[in-house]
Amino acid sequence: MEKNKNDDALNLWSGVFFGVGIVAFLDEAVFHQLLHWHHFYDKATLSVGLISDGLFHAFSWFATVAGLFMLAQLRKRNVWKKQKWIGSLLLGAGVFQLYDGTIQHKLMKIHQIRYNVEIFYYDLTWNVIAILLIIIGTVLIKKKSSVPHPKVGGMNA
Amino acid sequence: MHNHHEVGTVDSSSLLGLGILISCLILPYLIAVYASNKKKRKWPLYRIVLWSAGIVCISLSILGPIAKMAHTSFQAHMATHLLLGMLGPLLLVFSAPMTLLVRTLPVRFARKVSKFLKSTYIQFVSHPITASILNIGGLWILYTTDLFNLMHSSTVLYIFIHFHVFLAGYIFTVSMINVDLSPRRTSFQLRAVVLVLAMAGHSILSKWIYANPPVGIEQADAKVGAMLMYYGGDLIDLIIVIAVCAQYFKLKQPEPVLLKA
Repeated sequence: MEKNKNDDALNLWSGVFFGVGIVAFLDEAVFHQLLHWHHFYDKATLSVGLISDGLFHAFSWFATVAGLFMLAQLRKRNVWKKQKWIGSLLLGAGVFQLYDGTIQHKLMKIHQIRYNVEIFYYDLTWNVIAILLIIIGTVLIKKKSSVPHPKVGGMNA
Repeated sequence: MHNHHEVGTVDSSSLLGLGILISCLILPYLIAVYASNKKKRKWPLYRIVLWSAGIVCISLSILGPIAKMAHTSFQAHMATHLLLGMLGPLLLVFSAPMTLLVRTLPVRFARKVSKFLKSTYIQFVSHPITASILNIGGLWILYTTDLFNLMHSSTVLYIFIHFHVFLAGYIFTVSMINVDLSPRRTSFQLRAVVLVLAMAGHSILSKWIYANPPVGIEQADAKVGAMLMYYGGDLIDLIIVIAVCAQYFKLKQPEPVLLKA
């Protein structure tokens, strides 16, 4: 069942990629553009923070597009496992959000979630959400699919 | 170069120059299409549109109102940079000028062109890694050294740098997207990694400029210019990402699941 294994991996990576992309997109759209909480640049940023920010920014664009193309391929071949895929999406989103909320915001100081507020509660909420996303995502990936996978020439086993 | 004080006013002679430049650059393509259509399958109209749009982008960054403002305003400078180094090249690459050239030329010359494209030099320069270093590395040198300042006091340097920005942008795009006759085809994985690194290099540089404006540029002007570079670059890079992925996943496409099962 070499093929099934590949499909599993494709489901996982497609979800993870798209999850990373969604978080990066929401971060930009909601926190930078709509709320204006995040700042484009913070003088406290370490050089390594600037590099990390740039790399993840670029990767998130790529991940969004590649993740969606992978999804299209999964659906076309009728091997999309919705539950696993959504689980992977939440996992990817959570891991990236946790990295952003701990290492990027706190260690590398690329910018804070919001300025002129008691930041602790914002950081706490941010990272708790990230951990919840990781937990729910992992559960969904591990759990046996409740909905039987759509028939692919009787290969359901 | 600094004698343009009537910023914002449009004088007719510069517009005329712009019009002539655009016409001169579009015309050869049209002639080639005409010649090619007589011999071979009809050249698609959308490619003519892409070429023309690309030429307009490039010409606007060399002559006319925006180019003029670019001498004094960093935001305008950045707009011309996006047109000349990113959007223009992207549109031109999609119009497949090399394919058209080879189709139009007599076989003897066409062979010479394809031989040139296969030469070691072109192969080397158009490798994704080399092309990215030439493209993004060039920008880092321009904005993090005194070069940006020097550029505005030397016409030769000004022309050289603009030519480099265009050419490096063009070769970078060619190295990523297989639309035109390409000197070589590199793997998707390689291009994906290099593209992400190049995009990162571009956005890091724009934030660097935001924090450290080039000498002689006002803080506020630099900030808006840097953000234009950041978000404008994103938008154009996104098109390249989609093109790179679309080509790869199209290649992988028809998987005969039903036959195998």
